[in-house]
Amino acid sequence: MQPFTSVTGVAVPLLQDDINTDQIAPVPTQRSLKPDYKDLFFHRARRGADDALDPSHVLNQPQFAAPSIFVTGRNFGCGSSREGAVWTMMAVGVSCIIARSIADLYRENCLQNGVLPIELPDHVADTLEKRIVTANGAEPFTVNLETQLISGPGGPDIAFEISHADRTRLLEGLDDIGMSLKHASEIAVWEERARSASPWLQRALRSPDTEPAK
Amino acid sequence: MNKPQTMLDKLWDAHFVAQRLDGRNMIYIDRHVLHELHAPHAFEQLEKAKRGVRRADLTFSMQDHTVATKPGRTQSTNPDGEQFQVAMREGSNRYGIRLFDLHDPEQGISHVVAPELGLVLPGATHAVPDSHACTVGGLGALGIGCGTSELEHILITQTLAMKRPKSMRITLDGTLHPYVSAKDLSLRILSLFGASFGRGYAIEFAGEAVRALSVEARLTLCNLAIEMGSRSGFVAPDEKTFAYLKGRPYAPHGAEWEAALAQWRTLPSDEGANFDKELRVDCSELAPQITWGTDLSQTISVTDAVPALDGDAEAVTKKQRALAYMGLDPGQPILGLKVDRVFIGSCTNARISDLRTAAAMIKGKRVASGVTAMAVPGSTSVKRIAESEGLDQIFKEAGFFWGESGCSMCAGGNGDRGKPQERIVSTTNRNFEGRQGKGVRTHLSGVEVAAASAIAGVIADPRTIG
Ligand code: SF4
Repeated sequence: MQPFTSVTGVAVPLLQDDINTDQIAPVPTQRSLKPDYKDLFFHRARRGADDALDPSHVLNQPQFAAPSIFVTGRNFGCGSSREGAVWTMMAVGVSCIIARSIADLYRENCLQNGVLPIELPDHVADTLEKRIVTANGAEPFTVNLETQLISGPGGPDIAFEISHADRTRLLEGLDDIGMSLKHASEIAVWEERARSASPWLQRALRSPDTEPAK
Repeated sequence: MNKPQTMLDKLWDAHFVAQRLDGRNMIYIDRHVLHELHAPHAFEQLEKAKRGVRRADLTFSMQDHTVATKPGRTQSTNPDGEQFQVAMREGSNRYGIRLFDLHDPEQGISHVVAPELGLVLPGATHAVPDSHACTVGGLGALGIGCGTSELEHILITQTLAMKRPKSMRITLDGTLHPYVSAKDLSLRILSLFGASFGRGYAIEFAGEAVRALSVEARLTLCNLAIEMGSRSGFVAPDEKTFAYLKGRPYAPHGAEWEAALAQWRTLPSDEGANFDKELRVDCSELAPQITWGTDLSQTISVTDAVPALDGDAEAVTKKQRALAYMGLDPGQPILGLKVDRVFIGSCTNARISDLRTAAAMIKGKRVASGVTAMAVPGSTSVKRIAESEGLDQIFKEAGFFWGESGCSMCAGGNGDRGKPQERIVSTTNRNFEGRQGKGVRTHLSGVEVAAASAIAGVIADPRTIG
């Protein structure tokens, strides 16, 4: 995974609560194993009833065509577990999401992909949102994970919190599977113990005489 | 004496493998159930990385999200679904994973099939790359929905790396009235506490109202834990749970059954165990619930009016947006709204008990003209049982479409979708904008309100339908 140290670029404000993964990356009308994640990006939300792009939607405004930082409200990314809702962010160039809160599964999916999820308390979010709306894409913002500061036009730097563990994981670009495989021997030990402690869990075998009627 | 433990503590400690460099706990996954929408991507990643599946014997594959419901279906009946089903079959074969394929007599929605086959057991961890993995908590398991990278991680390591969730207990008191069911309990909780209060917690549902629920109803209750913001929700196992599981194909049997029982009896939270958060709801006067808006906290009793535009500016904007999408005026009664479609199905409400409830209500009646009504069994086994009881005839004679099992209109992944502006009463679990088709107006409810509304042609109170 790519390490994340900092990002500088356009911050786009989509200031709503409860934006779900169906909105972020809707199920396309034509399902495909390899969808165009760039095109999926808020595909329906950005369009009007006639399927044409709605020019008044913030995501369609030219100054926000290539955002790096995505700013939003509470409970962002709730709903379905689809990781495509993170991949679509990455496809358009977003590598940092700043929200008032982020749904657990979505936050986890961000970390898996090296996208920085930041949650800000309301009073801090209020200030930052105002500054981002005022900047309106004309001047860049910077999010620095090393210093844990957000900087940009309209005021002083804003500090954010992130757990030490998540910070390390992103800064070092730690590969999730690699990190776990370091514990392969502990997995084997656990299995050995479970085989005697609860053997029915270490085996998923069909009992005889339970074949379904054809 | 040892410190009293919650059931979550017990489950977590029993599955703890190691603590990782990033502080996450590696938790062993006892059962891993895949579906065709997300597994193919992970299979491809595995192949690229030249890695194998650690425990194919504890992994199972389902075809559910993209399968057609049309009688006589094949994998190409839903043309978009074919590539997923083919990739699922190839991947499962390659890694030696038992696949419940399209024509398997036990095919179905993973969260319906796993309990009925006894694939999921009390005290087990159960992961699915699907947010409604929490459903199986109804049997006293820890269901964990995961993303695609996590799915790959489980295939390789048979573990999931997570932060330990905090514990929350929601105690539901009181006795439910007739025509009020588990779905109404979950919807009520959502209307009281919102759509994200459970973030970071695993929820234990407890109390008199929960103990009185059948095992299948507990699955329905836990199904909506994710809509509360929790990745897991569960009910402590009891004698009902054990009776439900006994003799199921993958449940332990013989001497092992007795050993398992003894262990399962130790699972419930100890007296005096400390929860990080406790909530209590009196359910004795609960009426059938229905959603009026576009998230699940926007729920009212079926006899209530749609909310007025009050609250702060933010709340008003949010309501306005939902009302506009749903084509509703503030303050209007929800009863009597004309309905275009009714859908009875999904991992929330398509088990045999759900179909029996609906069939009993519609028997000898007709779906109102102008209403398209569908009943889609949650699994092929459910369908077979229903047909042996003649329920299919009752549905068909009433004018319902009776289909093959799968997710169907829940997310429309198989092509079953509504048309713009259509109003649907649906027993599914998400009323998000566009979930059941572009512009479709979804009202979520239990089976009782859905069946009553199909017959009345308008949103109806099941308690007043004779
Ligand atoms: S029925 Fe709906 S919620 Fe359940 S697994 Fe299928 S698509 Fe997901």
